[in-house]
Amino acid sequence: MSLDLEMEEIHKIFFEESFEGLDAMESGLLNLDVNADRETIATIFRAAHSIKGGAATFGFIEVSNFTHGVETLLDEMRNGARPVTPDAIQLLLQSVDGLREMVRAVQAKRPVDAKRTAHLSDEVARLLARHGSRDLAAAPGAAASDGPAGTAPRAAGAPDAAPEFLRGGPGWVIEFHPHHDMLKTNNEPLRMFAELERLGALNATADLGELPPLSGLQPDGCYLRWRLELAGAVEKRQIEEVFDWVDANCAIQYRFFAGGEAPAPLAAGPVALPAGATAAPAAPPAAAAPSSAAPKGGGDAGSIRVSTTKVDHLINLVGELVITQSMLSRFADGCSADELEKLRDGLTQLTRNTRELQESVMQIRMLPISFAFNRFPRLVHDLSRKLGKKVELSLSGEGTELDKTVLEKIADPLVHLVRNALDHGLEQPEVRLAAGKSETGTIELAAFHEGGNIIIEVKDDGSGLNKAKILQRARERGLVAADAELSDEQIHNLIFAAGFSTADVVSDVSGRGVGMDVVRRNIQDLGGVVQISSVHGQGSTIRIRLPLTLAILDGQLVRIGAETYVISLVAIVETIQVRKDRLNAVPGGAELFRLRDEYIPVVRLYEMFGVEPDSRAIEDGLLVVVEAEGRRFGVLVDDLLAQQQVVIKSLDTNYRQVAGVAGATILGDGTVALIVDVPGLVQVFHRSVGSRGMLAA
Amino acid sequence: MSTTTTQGDKRLEKPEDAGQYLTFQLGREEYAVDILRVQEIKGWERATRIPHASEYVLGVINLRGAIVPIIELRKRFALESTEFGPTTVVIVVKVTGADSERTVGMVVDAVCEVYNIADADLKSPPEVGASVETAFVKGIATVENKMLIVLDIDRLINASILDGIGAAA
Amino acid sequence: MAGVILAVDDSASMRQMVNFTLKGAGYEVVQAVDGLEALEYARCHSVDLVLTDVNMPRMDGITLVKELRALPSYRYTPMLMLTTESSQDRKMQGKQAGATGWIIKPFNPEQLLATIARVL
Repeated sequence: MSLDLEMEEIHKIFFEESFEGLDAMESGLLNLDVNADRETIATIFRAAHSIKGGAATFGFIEVSNFTHGVETLLDEMRNGARPVTPDAIQLLLQSVDGLREMVRAVQAKRPVDAKRTAHLSDEVARLLARHGSRDLAAAPGAAASDGPAGTAPRAAGAPDAAPEFLRGGPGWVIEFHPHHDMLKTNNEPLRMFAELERLGALNATADLGELPPLSGLQPDGCYLRWRLELAGAVEKRQIEEVFDWVDANCAIQYRFFAGGEAPAPLAAGPVALPAGATAAPAAPPAAAAPSSAAPKGGGDAGSIRVSTTKVDHLINLVGELVITQSMLSRFADGCSADELEKLRDGLTQLTRNTRELQESVMQIRMLPISFAFNRFPRLVHDLSRKLGKKVELSLSGEGTELDKTVLEKIADPLVHLVRNALDHGLEQPEVRLAAGKSETGTIELAAFHEGGNIIIEVKDDGSGLNKAKILQRARERGLVAADAELSDEQIHNLIFAAGFSTADVVSDVSGRGVGMDVVRRNIQDLGGVVQISSVHGQGSTIRIRLPLTLAILDGQLVRIGAETYVISLVAIVETIQVRKDRLNAVPGGAELFRLRDEYIPVVRLYEMFGVEPDSRAIEDGLLVVVEAEGRRFGVLVDDLLAQQQVVIKSLDTNYRQVAGVAGATILGDGTVALIVDVPGLVQVFHRSVGSRGMLAA
Repeated sequence: MSTTTTQGDKRLEKPEDAGQYLTFQLGREEYAVDILRVQEIKGWERATRIPHASEYVLGVINLRGAIVPIIELRKRFALESTEFGPTTVVIVVKVTGADSERTVGMVVDAVCEVYNIADADLKSPPEVGASVETAFVKGIATVENKMLIVLDIDRLINASILDGIGAAA
Repeated sequence: MAGVILAVDDSASMRQMVNFTLKGAGYEVVQAVDGLEALEYARCHSVDLVLTDVNMPRMDGITLVKELRALPSYRYTPMLMLTTESSQDRKMQGKQAGATGWIIKPFNPEQLLATIARVL
């Protein structure tokens, strides 16, 4: 792999790690609020430390610099040098946010938000200064010591005269007295001398004076001392670097001679450089050491990371398998039972295998809803602070699994619903007390499986919905006819209508009236349904029902003229043959069909889709009664075909979105059939017919 | 003017500042398309109609599991439609859009050749006196005494797909 | 100048980078995610150099060095600590635990290789 590609890969890992680390920091900080325990602080510190180190290593300097301040704060808290205060936690939480944005920017190769970063950095610096602690500008880097204080070793000879070796040129005399234990850390004088030789000509003289008698000799002890003469205009810093690691294990003295001085007589008793007299710390060369595959572990037990592209590809392949299998089944249907007994059996088996495979593959994409839920502690924490309300958040069913894409797309709607509950649902503490409720309001997020779907509930024990107000507002906006009678359920669900908001003041949290209808639309796009139930004064519950996966649909095939369409079975209530006497035309062009005791509008699908039907007469066709958004209407088709599971394919990969069409699928015969978007159809239909009174139906 | 090398050279080698192009027939003109964009060539098959599509979008087909729209280029260039016959051919191209790629099929009369055309040999339409919709034309090239209209296929396809969005319901 | 290096760091991206750099220079690399894993490996295998981060869960770098020095086969193995901390105390702690030296983060590949060449 080329260097760039490899680095890209490594960077990717770093980004993932950093986001995980930031999440860990966030949840750690939220916990700290409640009880400041050492282990939590240590964990948060480590996460910040890791991010800083990695960022610096990979050249993401802004991230690294910013994290440095955060890390310092955390370090102080870790050491007990700084108290854990709510303000500090709040600032750290904001810093986590800022960092997240920075990492995202770096990941997307965009410029970082300098203003925000600077602002946060200032705050951090201010907080740090307030305790008069370490200087924020502490540059990482060894401040080379000047050589330890202590014994000033002197070799024999005239100490202040330049040694002859230097031949009148500039150079150093270094007295190097290792402690006895210096070798224990594998710091070999020989190596250090070799390094010095790279700086200039070296003359080393050993002094055996310290050697103990044999009985007292430790084999790995260092009893030799050296006088080193280094010729050359070498900087002290460079020499110090060579001895950097051992400056605590030895005594060193440096003397510099600028040159031009008379050479001094050689010191007494030169001894040949000890070749291997020092205990050779030879590490046995590892024989059959395994390569990096060895103890490389992930944090969790037996899992691997797989890119979603690969998983999606796998799902596509399984989808194709389903189509192929249904093709073969169709083929078998047309032949005589006797001869094809075995073929039939084989196909049944294949169907079963395919179904199982499909379920397993779908499972791979399933993730627990905790991924969506775990942003809420932070959100509720921040928002409740901001609004001055007391809230307790309770989560249940976090382990409930759903498809990754559904999960990703439900996250934003959930956020809106929770914010709404906090902002509009829950009352201020005083109001609650006055109403006989506890000061602290509750928001519950629950998820569970029910009948092949996942149900998500957002409950609050706040003020609930005010029916009268809603109805009035709806009438004002013209969403409901003045004299229409609506059930409680219908009134409650009016809040999902576009442009609807009973908030008197548009807070910046919610209340602009653009939220709820978008929430509903998003949920519908996922093939789901959302409803609200409420008791005024006691609270509200929003119930979302979602399919477990997006990719497969149980469909009813219908025929209009030469075209085949698919209608989701879930949306179908019943299918009936129309009798002309039950049909009423309403001024404005709409047609109503009387189904038992309700009137439902008729949608001539052929008109909407521009296809030529077998017959335009209603009584010749079939009416498929569907339900969407709590309303029913009948779709006119020529014929009902089979019911089957279809694999949903998107139209806008290569084409674009089409009103009234949810997607496409490939039928058993290989042709493409469009999937009808039932909720979308309602919209289009109402726009084209322009009926207001329909709401009452 | 035209490149000077022999026929053989043109087809076999690909010099650095040139591209290889697939040419096809549409009415009386011969058009050229960057061969790197061409995914495959297939025969015509019936497409599933899409509601509210532009007139020249015939519908979508199943291309080994992918939903691919088919455009009738004749209609797109405001030529009369002809009957689709055995020589009617669909060139499937993969073009780059705003942030993704699109696979789209175009119905043409017939497929011709592959030529090397040097960038330097592309002339602008007015220079050559041709009257084609210039927005989608990269240039005009002359090869073997024929005039080839070299298309900017990305632009053409993307515009064709996104075109008329207002017209749809 | 090959050899086997035990690289210990809880950050996967750092391990990858170190692995990539060292392998490119001809070393063999064994990776461990924290001190505990490294120690367990070391009990039954020997290497030519230990390169370890300081801040890790379960067992930090300084403790690791101390524990390793207690193993007979690791008494004289060069051990380098990777640290962003420039504080003298940390370095002292490291030295006291028995570390040969340290490398300050951030480092670039050349620095890493040069420092390793000092001890291998």
